[in-house]
Amino acid sequence: MNTSAKIPPQINQKPEELLDTIDYTPPKKDWLDAKVEFRKGTYCYGATPQLLEELGLPNPRQWQPYEEDWKLPENWKETILAGMKERLTRYRSFKTFMDTCVRCGACADKCHFYLGSGDPKNMPVLRAELMRSVYRKHFTLAGKLLGRLVGARELTEDVLKEWYYYYHQCTECRRCSLFCPFGIDTAEITLMARELLASVGCSSKWILESARNSYRAGSHIGIPPHAMANIMETIKDDIEAVTGKRVEVPINKKGAEVLFITPSADFFAMPGWYTFMGYAMLFHEIGLDWTISSFAAEGGNMGFFHSMDMAKKICGKWYTEAKRLGVKWIIGGECGHQWRLVHQYLDTLTGPADFLEEPVSPVTGTKFENARSAKMVHICEFTADLIQNKKIKLDPSRNDKWKLTFHDSCNVARGMGMFEEPRYIIKNTCNYFYEMPRNTIREQTLCCGSGSGLNPDENMEVRLRGGLPRANAVKQVHKEHGVNLLTAICAIDRAAFPTLLGYWVPGVEVSGLHELVGNALVMEGEKERTTDLRGEPLHDAGEPLRDGEQEVVHP
Amino acid sequence: MKVLYALLAVIILALVPIVGVGELGLRYLFGVIIPYAAFAIFVVGLAYRIVRWARTPVPFNIPTTAGQQKSLPWIKASNVESPNSTLGVIARMALEILFFRSLLRQVKGELRGGELVYEGRPYLWVGGLLFHWAMLFIVVRHLLVFLRTPPDWVTSAYIVDAFLRRVIPTALQISTVIVLVAVAYLFLRRVVSPQLRYISLPSDYFAVLLFVAIFVTGALMQQVFVVPFTPVRSLLAGLITLSPRVPEIHPFFFVHFFLFNVLLAYFPFSKLMHAPGVFFSPTRNMRNDSRARRYINPWNYPVKVATYEDYENRFRKELKVAGLPLESEGGEAMKTPVKISLRGEGG
Repeated sequence: MNTSAKIPPQINQKPEELLDTIDYTPPKKDWLDAKVEFRKGTYCYGATPQLLEELGLPNPRQWQPYEEDWKLPENWKETILAGMKERLTRYRSFKTFMDTCVRCGACADKCHFYLGSGDPKNMPVLRAELMRSVYRKHFTLAGKLLGRLVGARELTEDVLKEWYYYYHQCTECRRCSLFCPFGIDTAEITLMARELLASVGCSSKWILESARNSYRAGSHIGIPPHAMANIMETIKDDIEAVTGKRVEVPINKKGAEVLFITPSADFFAMPGWYTFMGYAMLFHEIGLDWTISSFAAEGGNMGFFHSMDMAKKICGKWYTEAKRLGVKWIIGGECGHQWRLVHQYLDTLTGPADFLEEPVSPVTGTKFENARSAKMVHICEFTADLIQNKKIKLDPSRNDKWKLTFHDSCNVARGMGMFEEPRYIIKNTCNYFYEMPRNTIREQTLCCGSGSGLNPDENMEVRLRGGLPRANAVKQVHKEHGVNLLTAICAIDRAAFPTLLGYWVPGVEVSGLHELVGNALVMEGEKERTTDLRGEPLHDAGEPLRDGEQEVVHP
Repeated sequence: MKVLYALLAVIILALVPIVGVGELGLRYLFGVIIPYAAFAIFVVGLAYRIVRWARTPVPFNIPTTAGQQKSLPWIKASNVESPNSTLGVIARMALEILFFRSLLRQVKGELRGGELVYEGRPYLWVGGLLFHWAMLFIVVRHLLVFLRTPPDWVTSAYIVDAFLRRVIPTALQISTVIVLVAVAYLFLRRVVSPQLRYISLPSDYFAVLLFVAIFVTGALMQQVFVVPFTPVRSLLAGLITLSPRVPEIHPFFFVHFFLFNVLLAYFPFSKLMHAPGVFFSPTRNMRNDSRARRYINPWNYPVKVATYEDYENRFRKELKVAGLPLESEGGEAMKTPVKISLRGEGG
């Protein structure tokens, strides 16, 4: 096994060198005065004028964050302040979170970006204070009268630049909100900040490109329908090569029982691809009447990283597509923030989905009561129910080459509360499962560092720093138990972790959960499996399995 | 520097009544006018802020889930950490408000020799809890001043609290000792920890030092100046029965009393508003059931969403190539990108 660190081309520091730069000592200069510096590797490119124009967004111009002149519109300040005012009257979260912080510091070392950078403005408290200082100056009596004494400051271009920098170093993972005695959720403030930045034309290129593609084409990389059909043929070929069975992947099939919406990375990128193979095999095996849509082909909603309106534009098509196809209900794939959206926003934003039926598993008859209004069930809820009712045959030994650990994706953990379903599936499909340390899993899970649209490669240093705490926890189980696989139910995880772990914990691979289901699934009439879904031998020749090690390790 | 500003402010505030009452003899001002004004500012300010919060809509159902959701019947759901019923929400809020549940999670994360280490750190939880509970006790104790015949439970609280004084007559009440220790801790951690020093504002030091000053002057009144109790009671009784009159009171009482009035008047404009604020926190006071019950956003305006028709027109050729079903045969393939406006029709 090759265990030397894989250093991504965007960064020229070795892991030890990057670690050495982390210093938690705050700078001398007061945070109210410190100016931000856009260093290569620590910011996301600005959106191009074409993108803004195409999406009808304000202030299209050639612009990059590192430039001195941001070419802001003349009335940018009024626009931002008016936007703040509007949001303060629309969102109780925003309003109370501006008012209630006591700066107790409980959140400070809870942020993965702070732990990985030592930059004090990555403490959630100061990230929020960047906004709060402006709020105090312009919206509170104390701030107007007492200014700096109460931490109030004028909105200037430097402050705006700071906003862009630090609100794109927040993955909206909500870990800080768990520890805050008032439940202050930085994700809410980041959402507002990004909307305000967007109102003067300062958005991330990657986020808007993905949003535009999702809106126009269906998936965030804009796969056209014929290419999607080709991809599905290849996926079917791959499944046939492993199992000898030809499965169906219906596209835009009218009258199917279930519409399946998963992040598009599951069918164009590794290792998501194997996860999709797992879904298709499972659905085939239980005889589910399902379809995917080439129009609503993106589970991820990159619009959410830009503004609530953009989020709504994109997920708005889910229900309309379900209606057009005449399906009864929807299953959602393994995705993190997709599920924050589905669980906490979708029905509110684009419901009621009264033309759909309350979800009932056609295989087990189980009513998914918890999804009776939104009509959308998580694939892990669906599969856990199948397993519990013994409707599928599983051979966990086919995953014996993996010693795995499970990463709770932030949004699924703290924005939904799904902890047991994926673990139940793991325990039924794998024999060697090891939990990471208690303070890094479940509701306390640490982010991959690339969520909420921070995963473009130009942002590599931020990603590697933000992912350090998670990688470090993986390293502990890697050392202690020889863990060689990190399983996650999020497409951004699957996209970001290979790079992140390659850098910090070489020797640990990444998978989705339904890849493991696909491996373990005993299909009727299948040929004897000699490889896993990756086309690799079922057991590592070099590492014979020890028979005594059959127990599943539970926390 | 920031501490000095705050300290200076508190010292000046403490000197105001010394000069005002001691030198200038403005007893009516400090005994009646300022207390009424401070109380009015407190009540009106508090009500205004709370009404503002309450009237601000909650567009989305966004609880921070800290436990298992209610999903399949055989999976044990956590109705407190991830409440799926109103009862669960009440339990969650009660734990949060009475026992600072979230602070109890406090874990310190630190990089040591390239490894991130997490250690349980209950100090802030202990310090915060003691501070707030002791203060509640002190408020209850002060009710004695107001009431001619206090209810039994108030008297009991007083007796328990004065336990130390039974043993050593010169000792402080237990609640005073606890609150002084706790507030000293809360102040010192802000000064000692470089990170906390960095995030602290002059107003943070001011709030904590104002409390220190109120507690210390209270203790001094009792221990050093031995301010006679009866005239204080008659002043306060006069204030609450709206028949104010200022009897001969030891001037030092006015220092304690004035600082308390400052606290009242400062409260609605300051971070002390966290006390009512916690009740309004949408990440804590909402049910985690948004897929089971549709949550309504009162200002949910329509935005233009992508339509399948546009999509089919754009990708007609590709859909045909892929052999995928089409809704309609006609229509020109759209060459130009569709303009979508952010705010939409209803905006």
